Amino acid sequence: MTRIHEDGYEMKAVPHSQELGMRSHKADPAHAIISVAYQDSLIGDPESGVIHGGVVTTVLDNACGLAAMTHPDLKGMVATLDLRVDYMRAAKPGMTLWTECECYRLTRSVAFCRGVAYDETSDDPIATATGAFMITAAKTKFAH
Amino acid sequence: MSAAKEQTRKERRDAILGSLTASIPYIRFLDVEFTRMGDELTGRLNFSDKLIGNPMIPALHGGVVSAFLEITAQTQLTWDLVWPQLEAGGEEEEALLRGEFPRTPKTVNLTIDYLRSGRPRDAYARAIVQKAGRRVANVRVEAWQDNRGRPIAAAHGNFLMPGEGK
Repeated sequence: MTRIHEDGYEMKAVPHSQELGMRSHKADPAHAIISVAYQDSLIGDPESGVIHGGVVTTVLDNACGLAAMTHPDLKGMVATLDLRVDYMRAAKPGMTLWTECECYRLTRSVAFCRGVAYDETSDDPIATATGAFMITAAKTKFAH
Repeated sequence: MSAAKEQTRKERRDAILGSLTASIPYIRFLDVEFTRMGDELTGRLNFSDKLIGNPMIPALHGGVVSAFLEITAQTQLTWDLVWPQLEAGGEEEEALLRGEFPRTPKTVNLTIDYLRSGRPRDAYARAIVQKAGRRVANVRVEAWQDNRGRPIAAAHGNFLMPGEGK
């Protein structure tokens, strides 16, 4: 499915996310959509101009974490415990990288997340990710 | 061989390693460098504020740590391909000096365990090639900061070796 996303906003609170030019887009609770525009500085294969896998992993990690953070039942902060990324194909040079992640299960101490990275449609993924996130100290906003 | 010739050989090998990593924009973007002891590499992620993921702790971005592990694994695999060419010397070594390197092995998958949060300072990483197959290589890689015995992250992954396509 091809989705038309609105502009989103720059992720200025996180220095590295800002450095990569990540934009967060409107998503349902427990979901996150983050994009990164193509930049020459992110190239991993100079011959083809394909961006490095590390960029894809970074955005997936960030979007999975954000999906957990927006879960309505979360009473704390999250920290990545583990992340597995499977790379299906190279990202297309010149195209914006999109990631969509969801927190599909939340327990008292762990948030389970999964997501996909693509450039044109999520049916043709660049990579998929699965991660577990530890729930850490309580967020004051949600404290009882 | 004379001591001077041995030194020249070491310098040539270090220059080749330097140009291998300098040829990849994203490695320069993160500012990752490698030091070499024979055929074993140690990666260094030079700290800068732009690598921070959580400004409150503050901690390195988890994605930066996993990218650093992936770069270290791929560079070690490429170096293992380059090494016999260096040993052969002659035209094979000349090609490397001209910057003609094997293609970077493609990551099939990578699983990262985050063991401790990355502090705002340099990090180091070393990769161990568990199996160097003709088509696929399996690699373990660990990153640490102040204390080698207290790694901040560990990863294992499978990589498709160049020449086999995908």
